[in-house]
Amino acid sequence: MSDIRDDRQYTETHEWILDNGDGTYTMGISDHAQALLGDMVYVELPSEGDEASAEDEFCVVESVKAASGVYAPADLEILEANEALDDEPELVNSSCYDNGWLVKFKSDGIDGLMDAATYAETLD
Amino acid sequence: MKHTPLYQAHIDAGGKMVDFGGWEMPLNYGSQIEEHHQVRNDVGMFDVSHMTTVDFKGVEAKKFLQTLIANDVEKLKTQGKALYSCMLNEAGGVVDDLIVYYQDDENYRMVINAGTTEKDIAWINAQAEGFDVAVEPKLDLAMIAVQGPNARAKVFEAMPGVEDVAGELKPFNSASLGGLFIARTGYTGEDGFEIMLPEKSAEFTWKMLMEVGVKPCGLGARDTLRLEAGMSLYGSEMNDEVSPLEAALTWTIDLTDEDRRFVGRDALEALKEKGANNTIVGLVLEGKGVIRDHQKVVTNVGEGEVTSGTFSPTMNKAIALASVPKGSEGLCEIEMRNKMVSAKIVKPPFVRNGKVLV
Repeated sequence: MSDIRDDRQYTETHEWILDNGDGTYTMGISDHAQALLGDMVYVELPSEGDEASAEDEFCVVESVKAASGVYAPADLEILEANEALDDEPELVNSSCYDNGWLVKFKSDGIDGLMDAATYAETLD
Repeated sequence: MKHTPLYQAHIDAGGKMVDFGGWEMPLNYGSQIEEHHQVRNDVGMFDVSHMTTVDFKGVEAKKFLQTLIANDVEKLKTQGKALYSCMLNEAGGVVDDLIVYYQDDENYRMVINAGTTEKDIAWINAQAEGFDVAVEPKLDLAMIAVQGPNARAKVFEAMPGVEDVAGELKPFNSASLGGLFIARTGYTGEDGFEIMLPEKSAEFTWKMLMEVGVKPCGLGARDTLRLEAGMSLYGSEMNDEVSPLEAALTWTIDLTDEDRRFVGRDALEALKEKGANNTIVGLVLEGKGVIRDHQKVVTNVGEGEVTSGTFSPTMNKAIALASVPKGSEGLCEIEMRNKMVSAKIVKPPFVRNGKVLV
């Protein structure tokens, strides 16, 4: 079974988003997504200051098996990318909700996210 | 979906099961990369029971195989010796690639791919018309490939009596022990055995091998291992429409005996005369990322396509086999996700017996 954390929200494309409460958000991919992709070997991260519009593919995670785009949940500006993933992309597998986070960004607000229970239902 | 006799063993071992040409097979048991390293550095085993064994028996078995396949079974002189070959259609395209094992001039054993089995059997039966040969698919055999530098020692430890018959076996040779057929062959670039055995003993043997420390490995690792070893995969590097002359498999075609008119020979000779346009080369990505199947490749002499792309766990870089115009060399560009990235053209294999060669 997939691990789903109650403290954050989810997208239909299997990203998680944690509201830091100060207009900034942290984002990664869900346990379900990392398990489907398998061993991660490369993460193409955006740079600080990059902007993305809602639904833009602004980041790519690549496993041995497949490349998968990560999509912007709203208009956003990148504050920080997780540079640890350059050397250790496997953190996305081993710690997708903690050390394997992808980016921190700021945004004026995000609509249409699912809470943990709703997201869990979509995986059934 | 079809299941091998080891299906339950895969489930018990936590195998992540996927549809593999109609067979429900383990992609990995957790980490494909760990399984890959396991085979390169120690020993791992694969269930390859979905592949098909076909026996050929009869006074014209040799004569028939000399017509059916592009390599010449005349090369096989000693019992158990193996030969890799392609089986061609009239147009010189590859119906399948296979290994044939010699018993004597009236008895041969062949192993063909899983996904092509039905097509192959129909093709073989059609070609066999008029020959005094019995074509016998052995659908009740399981097959376990035990691969890695410690594979042979572990097989001898787990399977009583095998060392007596297979201890001195040279690469590309096989031996039998009762219902067991043990070949020193593989698809990983490492030493090891491919063991054919009755369905009924498959699970027991698998468990005995696990007991002595042989780890189950999935088809994901099997693919990265064979790609590092520069070995072709049917359906990727070659198919019904690709000639072995364009798939870097010229070495498997034997034209020595001019009287041996095997199927596809006329087409091959015509193409040889004219000159093949393409060949298969290896690619090593210079930067970060992963090369994927079917990506476009631009070389110094023209355009080609990635036939098998992946990430090499041994080299920690993306590698690929690609079909490109002959004469391609130096650096090339690969179109990856709308960007052109640079890669080096190399001669496969990338890795053999644990060592990086490019």
